Amino acid sequence: MGLLSDPVRRRALARLVLRLNAPLCVLSYVAGIAWFLALVFPPLTQRTYMSENAMGSTMVEEQFAGGDRARAFARDFAAHRKKSGALPVAWLERTMRSVGLEVYTQSFSRKLPFPDETHERYMVSGTNVYGILRAPRAASTESLVLTVPCGSDSTNSQAVGLLLALAAHFRGQIYWAKDIIFLVTEHDLLGTEAWLEAYHDVNVTGMQSSPLQGRAGAIQAAVALELSSDVVTSLDVAVEGLNGQLPNLDLLNLFQTFCQKGGLLCTLQGKLQPQDWTSLDGPLQGLQTLLLMVLRQASGRPHGSHGLFLRYRVEALTLRGINSFRQYKYDLVAVGKALEGMFRKLNHLLERLHQSFFLYLLPALSRFVSIGLYMPAAGFLLLVLGLKISSLHEAEVGLEEPGGVGFQGLTAGGMVVVFGDPLAPGPISKSLCALQGVGLASLVAPLLISQAMGLALYVLPVLGQHVATQHFPVAEAEAVVLTLLAIYAAGLALPHNTHRPLSCRVVSTQAPDRGWMALKLVALIYLALQLGCIALTNFSLGFLLATTMVPAAALAKPHGPRTLYAALLVLTSPAATLLGSLFLWRELQEAPLSLAEGWQLFLAALAQGVLEHHTYGALLFPLLSLGLYPCWLLFWNVLFWK
Amino acid sequence: MAAAMPLALLVLLLLGPRGWCLAEPPRDSLREELVITPLPSGDVAATFQFRTRWDSELQREGVSHYRLFPKALGQLISKYSLRELHLSFTQGFWRTRYWGPPFLQAPSGAELWVWFQDTVTDVDKSWKELSNVLSGIFCASLNFIDSTNTVTPTASFKPLGLANDTDHYFLRYAVLPREVVCTENLTPWKKLLPCSSKAGLSVLLKADRLFHTSYHSQAVHIRPVCRNARCTSISWELRQTLSVVFDAFITGQGKKDWSLFRMFSRTLTEPCPLASESRVYVDITNYNQDNETLEVNPPPTTTYQDIILGTRKTYAIYDLLDTAMINNSRNLNIQLKWKRPPENGYIHYQPAQDRLQPHLLEMLIQLPANSVTKVSIQFERALLKWTEYTPDPNHGFYVSPSVLSALVPSVVAAKPVDWEESPLFNSLFPVSDGSNYFVRLYTEPLLVNLPTPDFSMPYNVICLTCTVVAVCYGSFYNLLTRTFHIEEPRTGGLAKRLANLIRRARGVPPL
Repeated sequence: MGLLSDPVRRRALARLVLRLNAPLCVLSYVAGIAWFLALVFPPLTQRTYMSENAMGSTMVEEQFAGGDRARAFARDFAAHRKKSGALPVAWLERTMRSVGLEVYTQSFSRKLPFPDETHERYMVSGTNVYGILRAPRAASTESLVLTVPCGSDSTNSQAVGLLLALAAHFRGQIYWAKDIIFLVTEHDLLGTEAWLEAYHDVNVTGMQSSPLQGRAGAIQAAVALELSSDVVTSLDVAVEGLNGQLPNLDLLNLFQTFCQKGGLLCTLQGKLQPQDWTSLDGPLQGLQTLLLMVLRQASGRPHGSHGLFLRYRVEALTLRGINSFRQYKYDLVAVGKALEGMFRKLNHLLERLHQSFFLYLLPALSRFVSIGLYMPAAGFLLLVLGLKISSLHEAEVGLEEPGGVGFQGLTAGGMVVVFGDPLAPGPISKSLCALQGVGLASLVAPLLISQAMGLALYVLPVLGQHVATQHFPVAEAEAVVLTLLAIYAAGLALPHNTHRPLSCRVVSTQAPDRGWMALKLVALIYLALQLGCIALTNFSLGFLLATTMVPAAALAKPHGPRTLYAALLVLTSPAATLLGSLFLWRELQEAPLSLAEGWQLFLAALAQGVLEHHTYGALLFPLLSLGLYPCWLLFWNVLFWK
Repeated sequence: MAAAMPLALLVLLLLGPRGWCLAEPPRDSLREELVITPLPSGDVAATFQFRTRWDSELQREGVSHYRLFPKALGQLISKYSLRELHLSFTQGFWRTRYWGPPFLQAPSGAELWVWFQDTVTDVDKSWKELSNVLSGIFCASLNFIDSTNTVTPTASFKPLGLANDTDHYFLRYAVLPREVVCTENLTPWKKLLPCSSKAGLSVLLKADRLFHTSYHSQAVHIRPVCRNARCTSISWELRQTLSVVFDAFITGQGKKDWSLFRMFSRTLTEPCPLASESRVYVDITNYNQDNETLEVNPPPTTTYQDIILGTRKTYAIYDLLDTAMINNSRNLNIQLKWKRPPENGYIHYQPAQDRLQPHLLEMLIQLPANSVTKVSIQFERALLKWTEYTPDPNHGFYVSPSVLSALVPSVVAAKPVDWEESPLFNSLFPVSDGSNYFVRLYTEPLLVNLPTPDFSMPYNVICLTCTVVAVCYGSFYNLLTRTFHIEEPRTGGLAKRLANLIRRARGVPPL
């Protein structure tokens, strides 16, 4: 293609792009945001539909009628739990055995890197109890999981009751083709993580646990259940898992089918489902839900114990029964019937769920946006970086070779514009060639220093918590958060003070702008690469970061209204983005935060982020501290270049 | 002369059968038995065994008259020179932890292992043909057995019957874990029985009840055995076994009571007239201790006590002449204690060749008492060739169950009994002495997910159209619309280059 395309026309296009660089950047940014907002309108958002044949057309009649039994189980469970103060393991074992399951227990213990103040735990040890319903005439090669995570408080006892009643009902049926595992975990997600690691015989988070005695083959799907009362007014479904992973859309479709069949009120992100998509109200309501989903997915936390299953490629979701002050209430039978129907249809599966979408956004339970339609939004935002890289590169090459022989570099930059692809190898290798003129040495220092800051941000808070508690009157968790903030703020001061003696020598001999432009070029390429990769794996996070970081990154330069640029850059730094997201999140949930509350929540979120990285392997913290924060520091460096 | 010929023929015809009748007792015999065992979990296991014994040299050609022995299998033995054949079809998994040790366990799916006579020259060819023939006889997918799932174990799977040498070259073993067992496999199996399902114990073999259970395993074992105590000549033995486990929780509403009718929806009415023995054994161990908790109705005529799988057990025997049975039973405790076996360690590993043969790992290990031994194998998930994917690639690919064979020391010493006289369920595996017994256990098959390409139609269409557009359309459009210019060569001749070299050496700008 490169050999056969017409160089004259390409050059013309490249020149046009360079001349109109600034308007094009603005246009592209606006287009990205507008595209994202347009995602909630019907041509872009589509109705969901069941793709899996095995679950689509088959009819299932639900026969679960164990509401009283479930309530009795729940009462007993709550009483035993209150008496023992922990999960009543012996009672659970006995009850599960009495309904005809094979029962096993697993004990686990984990010392958290520092005390978790939100959940009030540090040295955790607990026991998971699970019972396996063996499918008749099946060789235990496949299984389904119904799990109830039990936290430290006894809020989930109704779910345990329903789980036991369902187990008793399921045990009496003969149509099961897959084993069903009924799992009750202690210390909610920690227990789930311990069980999953032991089930798959891996150890990724340093959890100590006893090996599992009973297994049931490859897990095909899992449903986590959280109920806090005998009656529910609505069922909320959570899909976002660890690192923004989502279950197959068919699982959600299945849930929605039974919501409709049973006449249950089902919500997504706690929002009611808009009915009317033709007027403006429906899409606007959908936009709120969509934004909430983007924020939750971007956080990379497992929003429910289903989130940990997704790492093992087990499709899973969490159902939460919510009891608010609505008129119509459903008892446990209605919820049980919905679960029974879901399990019976999952039982029909011949292959694991793979037919429908894995990457999607949900403006409502019955509407989705597929990856092909939402990716352009991120693409437009990244295009801004591509345009900036090309213009900067042109300027760079122009400085180096004023004679106009810089044609090669120009076309290379042009290619970037034409395809909007910042990942193409062309510009990078070319720019490296151009950088040699500047002297790579002047770039090595700021790059190394900012990366070292990132590394310190990643390692020091947890490592240095004991030193900090010895010298300052703070608790460990506080120490970690404060060290985080201190290192973060120190990073702002450090690089632009140290680069001068290293870089002046080189810069003085050449054009004065050469130094910062080269640094900005490297920083832009670095940012574009990171955002591109993030957007591919976790669109929400990539889009959120691109929306905030791209304008400031494009504008940063050591001339002009520097204070304004600095303020903008600080406002769009990763930590500020996190703070802003918290406010936006609470605003969308119609529970706005005051400034003080927001700050408290921000500190808690920082501690949770570090903790989740260590306990579950969430990647947001290393990504921000090792990748985006150093990159952002480079722009800060550019801004204060002298 | 013409008159003498018919006369001579007539004499021969008269003498022939008469001489045969006088020379030997009936050359073939059928014994059938049903063992009903309450399992520790409360479920009930029923094991049928039908044993046809034929005092004949099947290996020699010319055997044409078949009475009880099924002709289809007899011809197989002579045609493929089989020494032993063991074929099992199983749906479900024997849960040893809850059901105790089984009389005969089999892996989930189909399992076939065969010892050939040492006269066979091309074992692999015979094996291939045999599996295809068996596939036809039993309506099963045994024809999918090929070199990729066949192994030759060296330590396990010794011959169960009479054998002089054990050269493992003549052994072949294969498992098809995905094989689904259903009525179509049961019907040909029933047809091999002399009484089919018309009379005797086989009346109980009603498909809809047998497949309404937690575990279903049917098997065919053919082996040579000694014809008499001194073992001067051999007989052929065909054992057809069928084990089912009834789920007491579902069928009995949680109660452990059972009756033949409730389990099989049939009662026994008459014995098979061809059978020389037809018995029902009911495990009533603990009968004497706890008289109140257990009642068998009708009361058994005789009881039988023996050491089965290392524990002393009592069985109530019903000869099929007593036909009224409505029963009640109680579970027993089987404990399995491990002691240190005297053998030394042995590891045999045969690595796989892609698409030719599977991995084979055999280990002889000593297990300390009350210990957990973990054998783990690392594997890589690789992409297959696109033609090798099954129609349902997202279901996963099966890894065959592993096998554990052990000679377990018995808790109670068994007294040596006459092998021919003991019940069938106790005599399949050869016992060297009374102090230990043989068990063979299987693990469940493993379902492994391999990386799977997206086989959906839109994806393929997009790939194809994008390629066509990018490669063909782009290039052609370019060629057709572009204009060509002639470019002046920049570099001069040799003289100019030389001049430039000299100028560079002098530090003068080049021409």
